Amino acid sequence: MDMQRRNFLKIAGVTALAGISAPVVVNLTSSALASSDQGQTAVAHPAPSGAHGEDAPQGVRLGLLIDMRKLYGHPELLDKATAACHKVHNVPKIDNKKSEIKWIWKTPFANAFTDQSNNHASKTARENDFLVLCNHCDEPPCVRVCPTKATFKDKKTGIVAMDYHRCIGCRFCMMGCPYGARSFNWMDPQPFIKELNPNFPARMRGVVEKCNFCGERLVLGKEPACVEALKEVGAIVFGDLNDPQSEIRRILDKEHTIQRQAALGTKPSVFYIV
Amino acid sequence: MIEKALKGNSNYWMWLAFLSAFIAVGGICYLRQFLYGMHLTGMGRDLSWGLYISQFTFLVGVAAGGLMLVLPYYIHNYKAFGRITILGEFLAIASIVMCLMFIMADIGQPLRGLNMILHPTPNSMLFWDMVVLLGYLGLNVICGWVILTAERKQVKPPKWVYFFVYLSLPFAVSIHTVTAMLYCGLPGRHFWLSAITAPRFLASAFAAGPALIVIACLVMKRIAHFDAGQEAIKKLTTIIMYAALINAFFVGLEFFVGWYSNIPGHKHSLEYLFFGLEHHGHVYNNLVPFMWTSVFFCFGGLALFGYMKIKDAFNDAWVGIGCLMIFIALWLDKGLGFVMGGLVVNPLDEIVEYYPTANEIGITLGIWATGFFLVTVLYKIAIKVEHEVEG
Repeated sequence: MDMQRRNFLKIAGVTALAGISAPVVVNLTSSALASSDQGQTAVAHPAPSGAHGEDAPQGVRLGLLIDMRKLYGHPELLDKATAACHKVHNVPKIDNKKSEIKWIWKTPFANAFTDQSNNHASKTARENDFLVLCNHCDEPPCVRVCPTKATFKDKKTGIVAMDYHRCIGCRFCMMGCPYGARSFNWMDPQPFIKELNPNFPARMRGVVEKCNFCGERLVLGKEPACVEALKEVGAIVFGDLNDPQSEIRRILDKEHTIQRQAALGTKPSVFYIV
Repeated sequence: MIEKALKGNSNYWMWLAFLSAFIAVGGICYLRQFLYGMHLTGMGRDLSWGLYISQFTFLVGVAAGGLMLVLPYYIHNYKAFGRITILGEFLAIASIVMCLMFIMADIGQPLRGLNMILHPTPNSMLFWDMVVLLGYLGLNVICGWVILTAERKQVKPPKWVYFFVYLSLPFAVSIHTVTAMLYCGLPGRHFWLSAITAPRFLASAFAAGPALIVIACLVMKRIAHFDAGQEAIKKLTTIIMYAALINAFFVGLEFFVGWYSNIPGHKHSLEYLFFGLEHHGHVYNNLVPFMWTSVFFCFGGLALFGYMKIKDAFNDAWVGIGCLMIFIALWLDKGLGFVMGGLVVNPLDEIVEYYPTANEIGITLGIWATGFFLVTVLYKIAIKVEHEVEG
C-alpha cells in the first residue's frame, strides 16, 4: 500500500512536471533524435522561445515512424522492442490470450493493416510481422467514449494518456479503439510482473491500460523505450509531427508512408514505411 | 402500500423463496468476481463485452417497451389499457434496476462508479445513458406510485403528475436510442455501425416489453384473479406483431446492405451469426443454432398470432405461447447475438468466440431473479390495490 502510494506520488510529480515543461520535453525529443550523443546536453537547454513553437500553430504533436525495411527478417528485433517497453512499464506477462496485456506487439501484415491486405501480397508482407501499438490518434475514439475522462488527450504533446486511478473499467474505450491497442486488467497484474520497475506504477486489476508514448521517460530526457531498444538499426523515429525541422518530419516529407485504418478518420500519429 | 407485498399465500412465498435462491447464488458469484477479478468471466482482451452488457441492452428494451401501454392510454385515451398501464410502469422500474445491476457487474472498478457523476463527460454516450436511465427510473417511480396511491384512495391523480407521465414518453424512446448509440457510433465495429441500430432496438423493445407483460397478465389471471381483459390483450398482441415484424424487416435490411454491397466487414457478423464464419480453414458457428431458433420462434409466434387474428380465435394458452416465442426470439437476437456477433471479429481481423463461464452465468441469473423478485412484489402491490378498490 505504502509502496503503491509512493509510486503514485512519484508519477504524479513527474506528470505535473511533464505539463509544466512540455516545450522543453518536445524540444528535447526532436533534437535528441537528430543528435543522440548530445541528448544529455539538450536537457540543459530550454526551448529557444519561438524558435519553432510559432511555426507549429497547432502545438506539439508527438508521432512515431516505424521503418519496417530495417526490421524485415529480424523478428527478434520486434521482440526486443516489446520486451523493452513491457519491462519499463511493468506490463504483466500473462500467457493466456484471453487475459493478456500488451502495449506494443508484432502481428502479420494482414492483421495490422486489415484494409490493405490483398490476394497478391508481396513475399515481404506475407512473411514478416509488423509492430503495432496505440496510434495516439488526433481524433481518438477512445477519448470520445470514455465516461470519466480517465483517458484523455494531453494538449501539450498530443499523447493519448490514461489515468489509472480514475478508470472505472467499463472497457468502452476498448470498444471504441479500432486498433485493438487497449488491454484490460482482468486479474491482479502484480504476480505476473517478473521484475518490478519502481519508477513506474503497476496497475491494479479492473482498469484499462495501453502505450503512453513513454510520457514518463520523455520528461526525464529519455527516448521512448521501443525507440531506444531499436537504436542500433534506427528503425523507429520519434518526434514532433508539427515541427518541420524534426527528423520524423524530414523522413515523412521524403518517404511514402502508410497508416493503419486511415479511412476511419482517427488521424493516427504512427506511420509505417513498408 | 408496501405492506400489501407482505401478505400472500404459500405459492407467493414459495415463488419468492425460489427466486431468492438464485439471488443468493448470484450474490456469491458476484462476491467471487469482486474479490478475485473479472478473469472469472468468459470475457477477454478481444471480446471485452459479454453477457452482462448484452443483458443490459436487452433489458433497456424491456423497460422502454412499457411505452406501448402508457402511450395509448395517456395520449390516445385508450381505456382498455387502464388496468395494465401500471404494469408497464412497474416492469420498467424492475428492468432498469436490472440494467443498473448489470452495469455494476460489468465494470472493473465498481467502487469508482461515482466517477461517472464526479467527472461528467458529455461526449461519452455512456454518460448520457446513465442520465436517461436514471431519469426514466425516477419518472416511473413517481408516476407509478402517485397514480397507484390515487387509485387506492379513489381520487383522481394530482394534475402535476401528468407532467411526469408525458415526460416519460420521450424518455422511454431516449433510453433505447442512447443505448443503441453506445454501439452505433464506434469506428471499426462494422456490425454495429449502422444508423438502423436505434430503430431496430426500439422495434424489438416494443415487441419484447409488451410480450412479457402479456405473459405476466395471463399468469396473474390464473393465480391472482387479475383479468386484464380480452380487448387489452388482443390489442397488445397486435402491437407485438407489428413491432416484431418491423424488427425482422430491419434485420433483413442489414442482410441486404451486407450482401449486396459485398463489403466483408458488413457481412462477417451476420455470416457468423447465421451461417458460420470460415477463417483459415476453421468454421466458427457457435451461435448459429441460437439465431435460427430466434428466426423460427419469431415467425412461429407471428404465424400463431396471425392465425388467431384471421380466425378471430382467442385462447389464453395460444397467446401465452406466441408471446413466449417472440420474447425468446428477441432475447436471442438482442440479448445474445447483437453484442457477441458484433465482437466476434476483433479490430485485427482475428476471430475469437465467447464462452460465458459458470460464475458469469450465476451472476446473470441472480440479476434476472432480482428483477423477477421486484416485478412480483410490485405487481402484487398493484393487484392488491385494484382488488381493494373493486371490493
